Amino acid sequence: MNYLENGHSLRSWLGSTDHKRIAILYALAISAFFFVGGAAATLIRLELATPAGDLVSHDTYNRLFTAHGVIMVWLFLIPSIPSVLGNFLVPLMIGARDLAFPRLNLLSWYLYIAGGLIILAALFLGGVDTGWTFYTPYSTMFSNSWVAVTLAGVFVTGFSSILTGLNFIVTVHTLRVPGLGWFKLPLFVWALYATSIILVLATPVLAITALLVVAERLWQIGVFDPAHGGDPLLFQHLFWFYSHPAVYIMVLPAMGVVSEIVPCFARQRIFGYRFMAYAILAIASIGFLVWGHHMFVSGQSLAASMVFSLLSFLVAIPSAIKVFNWTATLYKGAIHFDAPMLYALGFVGLFTIGGLTGLILASLSLDVHLTDTYFVVSHFHYIMVGGSVMAYFAGLHFWWPKVTGRMYSDTWARIAAVLIFLGFNFTFFPQYLLGVQGMPRRYHAYPPEFQVLNLFSSAGAVVLALGYLLPLAYLGWSLRAGRAAGANPFAATGLEWTTPSPPPTHNFEHLPQAPDEVYGYDPNASLPEPAE
Amino acid sequence: MNADTRLSANFRLLAQGASTAAERSDLLFNAMLVLCGAMALGVCIAITLFAVRYRHGARVSRGRVGRQIGLEIGWTLVPLALFLGLYAWAAHDFVQIYRPPADALPVYVVAKQWMWKLQHRNGRREINELHVPLGQPVRLVMTSQDAIHSFFVPAFRLKQDVLPGRYTALWFTATQLGEFRLFCAEYCGSEHSQMLGRIVVMQPAEYSKWLGSGTEQPSLAQYGFARFRELGCSGCHAAGSSVHAPSLRGLLGRTVHLQDGRSLVADENYVRDSILLPKKDVLAGFEPVMPSFAGQVSEEDIQALIAYLRAGAEP
Repeated sequence: MNYLENGHSLRSWLGSTDHKRIAILYALAISAFFFVGGAAATLIRLELATPAGDLVSHDTYNRLFTAHGVIMVWLFLIPSIPSVLGNFLVPLMIGARDLAFPRLNLLSWYLYIAGGLIILAALFLGGVDTGWTFYTPYSTMFSNSWVAVTLAGVFVTGFSSILTGLNFIVTVHTLRVPGLGWFKLPLFVWALYATSIILVLATPVLAITALLVVAERLWQIGVFDPAHGGDPLLFQHLFWFYSHPAVYIMVLPAMGVVSEIVPCFARQRIFGYRFMAYAILAIASIGFLVWGHHMFVSGQSLAASMVFSLLSFLVAIPSAIKVFNWTATLYKGAIHFDAPMLYALGFVGLFTIGGLTGLILASLSLDVHLTDTYFVVSHFHYIMVGGSVMAYFAGLHFWWPKVTGRMYSDTWARIAAVLIFLGFNFTFFPQYLLGVQGMPRRYHAYPPEFQVLNLFSSAGAVVLALGYLLPLAYLGWSLRAGRAAGANPFAATGLEWTTPSPPPTHNFEHLPQAPDEVYGYDPNASLPEPAE
Repeated sequence: MNADTRLSANFRLLAQGASTAAERSDLLFNAMLVLCGAMALGVCIAITLFAVRYRHGARVSRGRVGRQIGLEIGWTLVPLALFLGLYAWAAHDFVQIYRPPADALPVYVVAKQWMWKLQHRNGRREINELHVPLGQPVRLVMTSQDAIHSFFVPAFRLKQDVLPGRYTALWFTATQLGEFRLFCAEYCGSEHSQMLGRIVVMQPAEYSKWLGSGTEQPSLAQYGFARFRELGCSGCHAAGSSVHAPSLRGLLGRTVHLQDGRSLVADENYVRDSILLPKKDVLAGFEPVMPSFAGQVSEEDIQALIAYLRAGAEP
């Protein structure tokens, strides 16, 4: 009996401790939040189609970009790959029956939902206008919006992150099938492991910071407000100490997904496996020490800026290594262009552009001009949307047959992949140019010389939105009428493909055997015909 | 013709720089663009080439590729060397942005929701406009009355956050005549996107004429001296006072030694803190008897007092 047939009542889902069912619960919830955050983005792009602030009021606009940021960061991106794909796949990839703490896993989902509902409540009560960054003293002394309620939601969601991270760390340490050493682990597991460490170490700092902001707002305790002897830069240090590593929470799992897909569709071993694993660890650790690059013009000391800039250049090295290794994996392979591969290659291209523009921003003197302009907006969307969302979609398509047991229309999936790639560039590339010309971010109205590029960007957003809606249709069709996938439709390596699709409730009928080699692909081997 | 159309008429895709800092910044930006463009192009070409050549079904020799440790070390070290070079270049330029020439014209800036208030040394005030002479260094001493703002002039390629509770500074030398946009670049609430202004760069002679025109008013230092007496500062700090208080003559730029063993260079922030938080940095050899003037002085008053101290004993 597979896990989908193990009970059909609502209770059998909402009370399930099966990691695979919890992954589905997460998938449904984050998809809903993705479309709420996307709706806010749509209104933002509509407003920015003309220079005058004529569609919504400035206060509404400020609430829209805040809602977009808060929802997309905390309710979509951070839980996306770890909580959906990670939850489903980590036990399967290491030959385990479940995560180490199944009930804690379910609790994590409820905490996430509770936090999400609190944030939604703040939105419906009237919203927040601080930006997702909550900079003090604006957020503590001047904002007349639902700051404390929103931060309470972020606080609760944070505990979901911490518990999920803890669960993955213990699982990878203790539940690997005998013979599956660390250097036989798929890079996806490495990436989730490193991500989990960041979740556990960084998220508590966010929780503390949120509490301090709420306390200052309610009781003027004087931590951040200079009028009461506080220091507003202290907030920025605390906030970015979490929020910079949070970028790696979003992008490391994405790198993990791509590292599974590229070898499979190139039929080639991943190039430089050990360097790839070390690069993940290097990014996770150096990533903790670069937060000050958000503050080059904030008034932090010259010496601090010099050190943070240097470390930011250094963290780019392991990222560059990863891009080179994915590229080299294609060499002498036998490349298939199925939908997951198109998404994954799209990731590599967009992540490369996002990463290189990150180098421009890490350059001290250039950041003075470019920070807080649309250049930054474009840069982090290339990383988080071009990178993380693209990889989430890649993973969704790659493991969809495993999760549901059914195939989707590869043609439609490829059309969507191309549409998303083009629409994304069409939307965000003009924003680089706007930034170079000096258009500041978070502007409800803007001078007329910026209109042409903004219009391009808004038009691109229509294409992008269409690309994001398409999968709803063909994946929905797949659930109803897709043909059976079989255990391993892509002839992939990895223990998750050795069990039937959808997997049985306890994952494996027999204890799986650790493979001799991770990514044991051979470009000259002929592929077995996929089972009908 | 209003300001908007005038500014639009000058629009270019790569907007022209108008300060000495912009020249340096654009040079590095173009260099990085070439380098990053080459890297991005290299990766894209390699992916496309491999994707076409090694596509499934093509008649080509394939095979498993083993470890290539030399290649891996190579493409780790080459970018490392490049990145370190770029870092040093950018850091060098950045340090210059923090080294104002000694003869820079001071302008005092107070930001508030949602406007810029500026004061010249001779007491002339402006709102959302700053007139400066061509080719002469100008140094802005800035603070905020409420949230954090950011003084951003794209044509100068310069930006500096403006914080409540302390001073930050920004200096530039304009190299082009004309009008340039001033934006607030740090989100500061409802009308953040309306917190706009312009920088007007003039020929030095015209600038002097402009500065001298307008209603006759005391210079900033004279006003500061008046406040110095009205607030009772002179009661203790004047020479010959019976109260044991430190002399303020030539204070700015001097190294001062504090009671707790620290020493620091007295700058605008030190003076500001000493007026508002006198117990914070007590001078060695003095009793902490000065009362705080918080609530009695405005940000503009403090800036005038600083201008007075900077001008010396005789304003």
